[in-house]
Amino acid sequence: MTTATTIQPDYNYKVVRQFTLTTIFWGIVGMTVGVLIAAQLVWPVLNFDTPWLTYSRLRPLHTNAVIFAFGTSALMATSFYVVQRTCQTRLFGGSLASVVFWGWQLVILSAAISLPLGYTTSKEYAELEWPIDLLITAVWVVYAVVFFGTLAIRKTSHIYVANWFFGAFILTVAVLHIVNSLAIPVSMSSMKSYSVYSGAVDAMVQWWYGHNAVGFLLTAGFLGMMYYFVPKQAERPVYSYRLSIIHFWALIAVYIWAGPHHLHYTALPDWAQSLGMVMSLILFAPSWGGMINGIMTLSGAWHKLRTDPILRFLVVSLSFYGMSTFEGPMMAIKTVNALSHYTDWTVGHVHSGALGWVAMVSIGAIYHLVPRLFNQKGMYSVAMINLHFWLATIGTVLYIVAMWISGVMQGLMWRAVNDDGTLTYTFVESLEKSYPFYTIRFIGGLVFLSGMFVMAYNTYKTVVAKEGSIKPQELG
Amino acid sequence: MSIFWTIWITVITLIVIIGCAVLLHATSKNNTGVEEGKPMPHSFDGIQELNNPLPKWWTGLFWFTIVIGLLYSFAFPSYTANWNGLLNWTSSEQSVMSLEESQALAETSHSQYQREMNAAEEKYGAVFKQLAYDENGVYKDLTLIAKDPEAVKVGQRLFLQNCAQCHASDARGSKGFPNLTDNDWLYGGEAQNIKESIMHGRQGAMLAWKEILGEQGVKEVATYVLKLSGRRVNAVEAKAGEERFVMCAACHGADGKGSHALGAPNLTDKIWLYGGSRKAVEDSIRNGRNGVMPPWADVLGEDKVHLIAAFVYSLSQEK
Repeated sequence: MTTATTIQPDYNYKVVRQFTLTTIFWGIVGMTVGVLIAAQLVWPVLNFDTPWLTYSRLRPLHTNAVIFAFGTSALMATSFYVVQRTCQTRLFGGSLASVVFWGWQLVILSAAISLPLGYTTSKEYAELEWPIDLLITAVWVVYAVVFFGTLAIRKTSHIYVANWFFGAFILTVAVLHIVNSLAIPVSMSSMKSYSVYSGAVDAMVQWWYGHNAVGFLLTAGFLGMMYYFVPKQAERPVYSYRLSIIHFWALIAVYIWAGPHHLHYTALPDWAQSLGMVMSLILFAPSWGGMINGIMTLSGAWHKLRTDPILRFLVVSLSFYGMSTFEGPMMAIKTVNALSHYTDWTVGHVHSGALGWVAMVSIGAIYHLVPRLFNQKGMYSVAMINLHFWLATIGTVLYIVAMWISGVMQGLMWRAVNDDGTLTYTFVESLEKSYPFYTIRFIGGLVFLSGMFVMAYNTYKTVVAKEGSIKPQELG
Repeated sequence: MSIFWTIWITVITLIVIIGCAVLLHATSKNNTGVEEGKPMPHSFDGIQELNNPLPKWWTGLFWFTIVIGLLYSFAFPSYTANWNGLLNWTSSEQSVMSLEESQALAETSHSQYQREMNAAEEKYGAVFKQLAYDENGVYKDLTLIAKDPEAVKVGQRLFLQNCAQCHASDARGSKGFPNLTDNDWLYGGEAQNIKESIMHGRQGAMLAWKEILGEQGVKEVATYVLKLSGRRVNAVEAKAGEERFVMCAACHGADGKGSHALGAPNLTDKIWLYGGSRKAVEDSIRNGRNGVMPPWADVLGEDKVHLIAAFVYSLSQEK
């Protein structure tokens, strides 16, 4: 370590603290809604015959809350922290960072109100109506100005790989959001709008957006997070500089073409389906590049897993990342997709990424961040981090295994035929058979959510403790 | 698809795929000026990056997917709508705009959809034929088929896949969708009537009377209709309704017993397609109703319809 890196510039930690705490808060909110709708699938009476408590309105609230409130807050917290520390300079733009924070909270609040009221564009993960879309665009531009401005005034000669990923995520999400959300309002005083696209073009634009929301927000963004927090927490150098170059460029170049695999065997033209499948297959190795670089960074530090549950979170998140990025290209193959599409398998796949990768790597990063942001030597209780780790892991495994079984079962039931060529099962029979797995999924989600409460308590005790009073601990 | 878009798609996608290959080739070699396994000459917040080589198995995997991907993209339609790839493969006739066009192409099309449809027809068509026809090659009498448990079972399966969405899996229907098990028929309960309903569909249109009758008139007619099915009602209102019922009698008959020819429901029984509450009956009179049974001849073909008709007929014979 050179002397230059030990001089601490006057970093803007305030916005990082704000986003870190709201990440935990919105995580609990979003996952609670998730657990509620999982319960509604088992016990439909839980919508209490109230329109704004119905599955149809709460499901987009759940997805928006976990992706844009929990996930994106985590990305904003960590990107602002990482870009300052790896550029050795304070955030660009002074109070603009506050604009990003309060602007984003306003976006989240508008979503939390408008979705239960029934306002929706009906585009998955882009349900928010046009006034909120405009607000998102404005806040996002400010976010980009702060982030790229900080890169521009950096004190280091190179740009660290974590920032490449954050930069790609910020830039691409801006383009995706604007292009997919283009719509014409019914009137200036109406929340309702209609997409400028129609038919198969609308579907293609939507899934170009939808898949790259996964690719750039939930993959590239969180890889940026991984590239800082894994080597930091393990105190080891990144495994391969060259691997980070090839997998970064290949990932962002190929991901953008993979969207059509959401529309296999639909009215989308054949050429777009084939191309989407081919690009999804080629995406396999670049995706795994990040996992290899993360896990191999631990070589020589494996023993730390015995004593450091934060590192456990990070390593297990990489394992789930590897698993779902193997599963993804496989499910994009048309013959596999013919079985998996429209079943719970897709839901399981999404959650192995969302719970196993996105949530776990964020949780690991937050446990690394909180003591440093609040001038402590460690979290209030390492044992609680460990408890959280097991709750999160068990919850995720219960969830995805239940969905795998029910998904494959549904796919097989839907295609089973009698000797006369008629279908063996009606749809409702496959639904009946899915109930036990819906119960297991609900339990898995509940277990995962309970871990979030443990985290909230642990964070609370760390934040309110007298500065510097918490000593570093290890698992006994 | 215009030549511009073909070039646009082809050039950009090939740049992406071949670009990956070029960069993979470049990063497989050590051009960094740093010895392999040693750290790069920069660090960020204390994080160093080692110049380790790419894992061999990973490089192999990447090359494999690139080669397979390119081969697939040439074999199947991938860069333009104007070329079906070396295998001349297509999922369906994508330019078809109507059912007629589709049927005309069915003979000659080699699309995946048509091949699978033909294969299924070859394999299963005989099963339905054998159950639906007699040895002389004419349709068996529906009342006979209804006594053949095997044929009824096949008919039931077809019903569950195609009819249960509206008429329910127990065929008891729901609001707006007739119960098929109660021996009360809108268009007649002879086996041939049932087949006719399935083959060509039905349009059960009841006019909206609010403009003609007025709110008071709607009320009175509803009262009379309720009286027809034996409900206790205000006699004065029913009397007024009876006078207005002349207009309804055109379809429902002077006695209110309806007409199979017109599909007009019998109003004197206790079976209500759209509900028998005063509010529901008033709604029916005020705003009219429009029941649609779609035609199935083109979708399923007559052989399958014949078996479904036998199944539906059998439901009302058990009692």
